[in-house]
Amino acid sequence: MNLHIDIKEKAQESLVSLKGEIDVYTVPKLKEELIPVTEEPNKHVIVDLSGVNYIDSTGLGVFIGALKATDQSGSTLKITGVNDRVRRLFTITGLDEVIDIEVNEREEA
Amino acid sequence: MSTTKPDFIEMKLPAKPEYVGVVRLTVSGIANRLGYSYDDIEDIKIAVAEACTNVVNHAYKEDASHEAAMTIGCGVYEDRIELMVADKGNSFDVDQLKQNLGPVNAEQPVEELKEGGLGLFLIETLMDKVEISGDSGVIIVMTKFLHRDGVERNGDGISTSATQ
Repeated sequence: MNLHIDIKEKAQESLVSLKGEIDVYTVPKLKEELIPVTEEPNKHVIVDLSGVNYIDSTGLGVFIGALKATDQSGSTLKITGVNDRVRRLFTITGLDEVIDIEVNEREEA
Repeated sequence: MSTTKPDFIEMKLPAKPEYVGVVRLTVSGIANRLGYSYDDIEDIKIAVAEACTNVVNHAYKEDASHEAAMTIGCGVYEDRIELMVADKGNSFDVDQLKQNLGPVNAEQPVEELKEGGLGLFLIETLMDKVEISGDSGVIIVMTKFLHRDGVERNGDGISTSATQ
């Protein structure tokens, strides 16, 4: 039960790959690493969730925080690699209407 | 059919973030044993974790001098699972908890979006029945019914009634 965070920074783009579970235990670490990336000006922040098998409201809260930060810094936020379960949570909460989410085509059965 | 006496399982753990995953895994094991579908088990896992997260976050606001605990009760019936998550002693404000209940509104400006408050909304959406009592400490009781072999629902899809 842990979360592995990998951040690759390029000139215009920051790719944040997450692997594991996002919950009340792992969220402080995620916030600490993700939020500074979203505060950088004029970047495309891409968060890859293809390695994430569990997320709850604490994780969704971090993405709301990340969206706010990119909004402030003139950057953009995009979430990719969501599986059906993760996508469902973004849909139920209405977050898919405010956050740019790219559906993982390979997950379609 | 005769109704058999329900099994009851109780756990008491420190109200710390690292134990929420332990509760989630344990409850997942119980639900799996009962024959819930993959999606139902995932729903139950999220609901119980949200309830525990409320207890943990509340416990953290209090002074850390006394040991806060969370108690999880699990009633196992033939047709349903009943999960109780109790925050004994220090009670948080139930009315305040219910205030921000609801999904994110796309019309809202980004800076007004709230980072918290989705937990209870998710519990109510993912479980079939939710009761909250806040007399001496807060207790959340959540029920999920067991749908066997598509009697109540046809098809194998997850309930998508919450989508707009």
